Amino acid sequence: MTRRLLLAPVAAWLLVFVAAPAAILLAIALAEADPGVPPFRLALAAAGFSMLVADAYYLDALLSALGVAAMTALLCLALGYPMAIGIARAAPRRRVLLLAALMLPFWTGFLLRVGAWIGLLRDEGWINGMLRAAGIIEAPLPLLYTDGAMLAGMVHAYLPFAVLPLFAALLRLDPTLAEAAADLGARPPVVFLTVTLPATLPAATAGFLLVFIPAAGEFVIPELMGPPEAQLVGRVLWQEFFQNRDWPVAAALAVALLALLLVPIRLFQRIEARP
Amino acid sequence: MGAPLQAAAPASLLRAQALTKRFGTTLALDALDLEIAAGEFFALLGGSGSGKSTLLRIIAGFEAPDAGRLLLDGHDIVAMPPWARPVNMMFQSYALFPHMSVADNIAYGLRRARVSRAEAASRVAAALTMVGLEGFGARRPHQLSGGQKQRVALARSLVMRPRLLLLDEPLGALDAGLRERTGFELRALQRATGAAFVMVTHDQEEALALADRVAVLDAGRVAQVGTPRAIYERPASRFVARFLGAANVLEGRAAPGRFDSPEAGACFAGDIPDGTAAVALRPERIRVAPGATGMNTAAGVVEEVAFRGDDSLLLVRLAGGATLRVAHAEEDGAPPARGAPVSLAWEADAIVALPA
Repeated sequence: MTRRLLLAPVAAWLLVFVAAPAAILLAIALAEADPGVPPFRLALAAAGFSMLVADAYYLDALLSALGVAAMTALLCLALGYPMAIGIARAAPRRRVLLLAALMLPFWTGFLLRVGAWIGLLRDEGWINGMLRAAGIIEAPLPLLYTDGAMLAGMVHAYLPFAVLPLFAALLRLDPTLAEAAADLGARPPVVFLTVTLPATLPAATAGFLLVFIPAAGEFVIPELMGPPEAQLVGRVLWQEFFQNRDWPVAAALAVALLALLLVPIRLFQRIEARP
Repeated sequence: MGAPLQAAAPASLLRAQALTKRFGTTLALDALDLEIAAGEFFALLGGSGSGKSTLLRIIAGFEAPDAGRLLLDGHDIVAMPPWARPVNMMFQSYALFPHMSVADNIAYGLRRARVSRAEAASRVAAALTMVGLEGFGARRPHQLSGGQKQRVALARSLVMRPRLLLLDEPLGALDAGLRERTGFELRALQRATGAAFVMVTHDQEEALALADRVAVLDAGRVAQVGTPRAIYERPASRFVARFLGAANVLEGRAAPGRFDSPEAGACFAGDIPDGTAAVALRPERIRVAPGATGMNTAAGVVEEVAFRGDDSLLLVRLAGGATLRVAHAEEDGAPPARGAPVSLAWEADAIVALPA
């Protein structure tokens, strides 16, 4: 009985904020577009889904979003491992400082950070300004509105989600494992590849997904920093909802993205369940 | 290149010269000198903070000394990283790789050394046989008992055929029943491989039982090195006598041919050199002697009696206030009861004079 009482708020939360919106989203995805308010008529038309299949534009948006998200997550792991190893090996007092330094940017507003990147990267920005003042370049380098700028912004935004699980796993990892590997003749890079990485694989998978899942639906950074041709699913969703007012297509796209993201989540659970 | 003129004796495998290591303000090793011969079983015995683990980690290459030299076959290896040293270590926690099978764990060092797959497989199989774990190659470490893990760790080190194997508290994580057997197996493996084993332990019985030679460490220095028997029978200092645990150490003042110990309320007569600061007396060399008086006797009251099987351990509070441990053999009859006054006596050759 107490167990049920304790679980009741959780169940209510899931019902109101997860199950109900999901049901509404699915209903809209199956509805027919209608130029009224709201801009759909409930039906079992599935017109949104047929649009997704008929027009390769939507599939491209989904796949390129997954590609960018995967790239972001891998870059976050590549940067996150050395950072997490450094923090985990630091003396406890230094460790607190390093963790604070990692988290500090996240106490400033998200849009502020994107704005700062734009200030750095745009044609009249800091980087181009300094390069020009140093006489290295004459015309500004096209830095902003590129894939690189978009990835830099995404990696910066999501990096802590990769570092924190890695840090926690590395802290738990027996330090004598790395010493035993070195003792048996492994140089530091080999120690990392053969011992540290495999032993922290579940955490790396968790970090990957914690970055990958929100990054797959990211709208703001591609919109403000990415190239115009990067039609990722987040931007397409936004356009369908707010510009084309085609709610069934937008909802169908959201459902498809959710369904695609369930695959890696399921995979992760299987890795976690391994002994 | 010719042989260095002052090469270490051929039997000397490892030589530590004035090794010093500080951690913050703590002096872990204080200009420590030590020599370990090829093929011997050597024990580093000491309490926590004695520097024994630091010394082991410096030999393995995980710590760098602040000063001093460490010579392996006459070559200084201080600057050599752990992966390049021809020395292997068995960790107290065993440090088995949890994501690898037993066979992959044992083959790990062979893979790093680029030994061919076929040769690695046969050496892994031989190593498993050597430690009595045939057929365990496919298991994961978490499927093994503590004793089996210990054997895998041993096999993983020995498969590298090191000339020097470091063992950090090799029996420390085993339960009492397994210790004795595993200790004998360690000795047998050491003889079979011919490698020098250097074992760190805080357990004096373990050190005395297994090692050819023992170094007792105290505050980063070697308090005494010698065979177990020599250290046991002739401790060089009060620290060694107390650390070996078994001996009674009595403070007092030396006079020509005798040693007066007020805390014992007794006079020791025997081979007492000038400058003797204390004497050690083994419990089994003291006997209950009703009516004994004079030199090499003491009187007291039995405080505790503990039955130990072949003897009983008596704690006797002496007139001077000190407590003496006395082993009362079973064949000498029933031990005196708790609270009984007793007279004790010992032979002159039972007295070990301690200079420091």
